[in-house]
Formats: sequence, structure tokens, C-alpha cells
Amino acid sequence: MQQNPAVELPIADVPIGVSQGWRQNVGRLLLVVASVAFAAFLAVQLLKTFGVTSVGFDNWRPVAVAFVGWSVCLCASIVWTRGQRGEQAVFLLPAVLITLAFVIFPTIYALFMAFQNWNLSAATGRQFTGLDNFRRLFADRAFWVAMQNMAYYVAAVMAQYVIAYGLAILLNQQVRGRKFFRVVFLLPFMLSPVAVSFMIGKTLLNSQYGPVVPALEWLGFTDISFYEDPWLARLNIMIMDAWYSIPFMMVLLLAGLQGIPGEVLESAKIDGASSWQTFRHMIFPLMLPISLTAIILRVIFELKLIDVVRIVTGGGPGGATDTVSLFIYREGIQKTNVGYASAMSEFYLLVIIISITIVLWLANKWVRKVT
Amino acid sequence: MTQALQKTVIYAALLAWAFVCLFPIYWTASTAFKEAKDVYDGDLIPWLQFEPNWKGWESLGLSPDTITRSSSARQEFLKHAANTVTISLSAATLATVIGSLAAYGLARFSYRFGPWRNNDISFWFLSQLILPPVAIALPVLVLYRELDLLDTRTGLVLVYTIMNLPIVIWIMRDQFNSIPVELEQAALVDGASIWQAFLRIVVPIAAPGFVAAFILSLVFSWNEYFFAVVLSGADSPTLPLLLAGQTSSQGTRWWTIAALATAAITPLIVIGLIMEKHIVRGLTAGAVK
Repeated sequence: MQQNPAVELPIADVPIGVSQGWRQNVGRLLLVVASVAFAAFLAVQLLKTFGVTSVGFDNWRPVAVAFVGWSVCLCASIVWTRGQRGEQAVFLLPAVLITLAFVIFPTIYALFMAFQNWNLSAATGRQFTGLDNFRRLFADRAFWVAMQNMAYYVAAVMAQYVIAYGLAILLNQQVRGRKFFRVVFLLPFMLSPVAVSFMIGKTLLNSQYGPVVPALEWLGFTDISFYEDPWLARLNIMIMDAWYSIPFMMVLLLAGLQGIPGEVLESAKIDGASSWQTFRHMIFPLMLPISLTAIILRVIFELKLIDVVRIVTGGGPGGATDTVSLFIYREGIQKTNVGYASAMSEFYLLVIIISITIVLWLANKWVRKVT
Repeated sequence: MTQALQKTVIYAALLAWAFVCLFPIYWTASTAFKEAKDVYDGDLIPWLQFEPNWKGWESLGLSPDTITRSSSARQEFLKHAANTVTISLSAATLATVIGSLAAYGLARFSYRFGPWRNNDISFWFLSQLILPPVAIALPVLVLYRELDLLDTRTGLVLVYTIMNLPIVIWIMRDQFNSIPVELEQAALVDGASIWQAFLRIVVPIAAPGFVAAFILSLVFSWNEYFFAVVLSGADSPTLPLLLAGQTSSQGTRWWTIAALATAAITPLIVIGLIMEKHIVRGLTAGAVK
């Protein structure tokens, strides 16, 4: 991943004169007023929610509107008090504010929910139960089956990588119709997992009427059922997932191959290296950084796998194709058991962050050693 | 290996994979014109093996003879399609605008927020990709209930905007970094403000990046299923929901499902065919230098 090159626009820090002094004061005043107003909205609604007072709004929407208003005032105030530095900050602020509102709040709130025994449809409401949810999680066999499946799915990314690498090398050859093949190979990426679930999972791989069945029967297989055997079901999910995921890796790897300078390959040819030797000792090492980027990005997306599994197998047979996301979805959304589901998702997030950090660290070390 | 043999192997492999990519699409599109018998017989080639008919499209009210009559199935389909178009266009626009502003800032100015510098902020945005949707779906569900945003298009637009922001920032930062800074410096010397320099000089040059970021955001929002199923119901359903909903109600009416799937994927296939360059450009942004 590229670092930011040190290009910068020269911004003269204009000394603030008398004429700008009042703008600074207006800016400061605006921010104070806006913050007080937002705090007031928040306080009123909080007090109402916790039953201290009965005055307040029907829902939290006015508070959200107040937050938007506060954000606008913040931007204006920064421009007025900081001049050009402020104008620069306004480029970044909307993205930061909207991300903060949607990521920080949910993460903190999920953490809060994770320590409650809370089912939305239960009459008892929520009780603080400390670490109970996490204890339950460690004893929950079905959850660990889903975790184990994630390991299989992540391992399947390596197979996707090998196929994508092969396709990228093919597309990098001097062949007729390269443009045609490139467009066609990208098409699966455009389709939604839901559509793929129907196109492949439900009809092509239909155990009774799918067109794959006669082909398999001709090969001598009998009693074909695609989703009853755990491994076969898992394999089919992996195939569908690979079908629309391979183009992404292929495109990245192809860009990497095209970035290799021609002289490198020329010199290898002159030295009498075979294609395999050229690949093993020149291309593969040169491609390592982009290979790792492709694999890590794909693994990150793979860890979110849910759509195909939910539609095609629903996690069956017997949890063989279940994913952690689907498991949490069933627990939290369908059974409305939000406390336990939040505990699981926080735990899962923690596992992902820790493992990705370790993998990134190891990968960096390895790349530095090899190249 | 001789040259000729090598060529043959390469073309055979390319054609084989082209078949793998195209057959499911062909199968779906052709099934939309079959009836029960053709499906059960496993017929593949129209006119030779089966006589194409409009049955699947009829049940959606989209066949030639039903298109003029009123049809509740068609209305249902059009409602989902309209929602999908509105939501994904809005989300892609919002994400592209907000994301590219941030990307420009990160590419050109130096920010300092406590110990955080530009690269830390960029990494922070990018790291949002790690969050699995389920991890924020529950709190967002509770939040939306409180905000009265459940089952609204606005609600989905907001979520999709957030979802696409990291990708847009990633693509656009790469794009802005590739534009020589001298152009803006000249404009600033001539007395333009930062915003004028950005809007008049940078934005036109960065157009390819904008197209790539917009198209990718559009595709991701168009295909999104998880948040749609959690956050929307009768009022703001999208096409993936309509498609996914077919499982229980009409399990064996393949032609209807196939017609629906064909209708839902056609716009994306068209975008893919026309915009291939931009999509590839977006996907590889920042990956190779």
C-alpha cells in the first residue's frame, strides 16, 4: 500500500489583522452557541429516555438533526477562526464526521449491548449481566463450528488466488481478443451475490433439474445431492463465492503483471531462463507485494461472507456451511437476542483485528526479507 | 513445448474460463424463456431443443402482451427497481462527493490531529473496510428505530454512503496524487482560493477517477443485500430483496425467478460491458505504482 508522497500546497498563514479579528470572535461564538444547543437537545432527550422528565421529543430524530446542524456550524466556525487552515480542514471534516457518527457510535453501543442480557421481544427488558454473554459464547458449540467454517472459507481464498494468478498470466499474453476476454472475465464481479445464489446455487446446482446433473451422471455419479453432504455443500458455497470473487484478484494481479518493466523479462530471456524459472525467480518475487495486498483484501471481504450462504443453504446441513456473520444475524436479527449477538460480533471483530494486524506485520517482514 | 502447442493451450484455457463466466448468465437468461418441461428436460439451446416463450416474463407483467395491461407483479418489480436506482444513485453521489473532498485534503494538505497525520487518517478510513456489516447492523438497527429511519430510503442511503466512503477515498487519493501540484500552485498564485483551484482545475482533470469511484459505489450499493434485509421492509425494499424473497413463495417456478434475475442483472452487465476500463481502474487504484 502506497504512502502519501510529500506534495503539499504552499499556504501562507495570513496574519490575522483587526479586520479579521471580529470574524474569529463570531466563529468562536457560533461554535459555543451550536455546542450548547446540541448539548441541550441531547440532554433533554437523554433525560426523557431514562424517565427523569417527561418533556422531550417523540424520537431521537431531532437530536440527529441537531448533530447535523452542529456539524455545519463547526465547519463555518473553523473557517472563520482559522482562515485558510480552516478551509483546508473543511475538505476532510464531512467524511470524518459522518464516519464517526456511523462507526464510533455503533461500536460503543454494541459494546454496551454486549454486556446485557437483552432480547428485544422479551418483556423483561435488559439486565446488566457482565461477562455472561462471553462465557456463553465460549461454550456455544455452534458458534465455534461457524468460526471453524470461516477458517475453511479463508483457506479457499488461496485457491481463488491461484486461479486468479493463472488467469492474469493468460490475459497478459499476446493473444487475440484480449479485450473480449478481459470484459467477460470481469462480468461475474458485477453480479450481486443474491443473483449468483439463484443463478448458480439454486438452479445450476439444483440436485434434480440442474444442467450439471446429467453431466455428472454421464461421468458415472449417481444419487447426486449438492447440499446434503457437509463437504460438498461447503465446496459448492466456495465455488459460488470464487466465481464472483476471482475477477477482483485477477484484475489486481493483472495490473501488477503489466507494471513489470519489459527489460526485466528481456534480460531473463537473454540469460536463457525458462518460463518457469522466469516466473519463479523474477515475476513471483516482484509480484509479492501486490499478491499480499490482493490476498489480504480478499480475506477481509471473505470474513464478511453471508449472502450466498443465507440464500442457498441457510447454514446447513447441520451448520456445515454456516458463517459467523450468518450466525450472528440469526441470533440478533431473527431471534432479536441483541445482547448475545453483540457480544459475538464484538468478539469476532476483535479476532479479525488482531489476526489482520498480525498477518500485516508478518507479511511486511516477509516481503522485506524476500525483496 | 512448441509455439503452436503453447498458443493452443492458452486459447483453450481462456475459452474454458470464458465459458465458466458466461454459462451461468446464459443459463439464467435462457431459463427465463422456458417452461416447466424444458427446465426438467435440461434443454439448453433455444429453437433447437426448446421453443422460447414469454411465460416467465408474463408472470412479471413484462412480456409483450402483458406490458400494456396493469399488473401487480410488474408494479411490485418496478417499485423495487425504482428504490434500487434511487438509493444506489444517491449513495454513490454522496459517497463520491464527501469521499473525494476528504481525499483531496489528504492528498494536498497536511493535517495534524493530536498524534495523527495524513497517513494515519487515511489508514483509519481504509480500516473501516474491516468492520463486518453484522458488527454495526445491530446498533444501527436500534439507532434507526430511535431515529425513525427504519424502512426509509434515507436510512439505506446513509449506510451505503458510509460503506462506500473508504473505497472512494482510496481511489480519489490515488487520482489526486497523480495530478501535478504545480497546476494548483499557479492558480493560487493568480489569486484563486483553495476551493476555486479545486473546483475549476482539479475536478476536471480528475474526471476518470470520479467515474471509477462513482461506478464502483453504484455497483456495490445496487447489489447490497445484508443491510437491505435488516433495515428495510415494505416501504424501501431493493431488488436483491425481491429476488431473495422468491425462495419460499415460488420455490419451483424457475422461469419467474430466472426472468427476475435476468431483469435485475441486465443493467449491471451493461455497465460492466461499457465501463470495464473504469471499474478496473477503480479496483487497482493505489495497488500498483
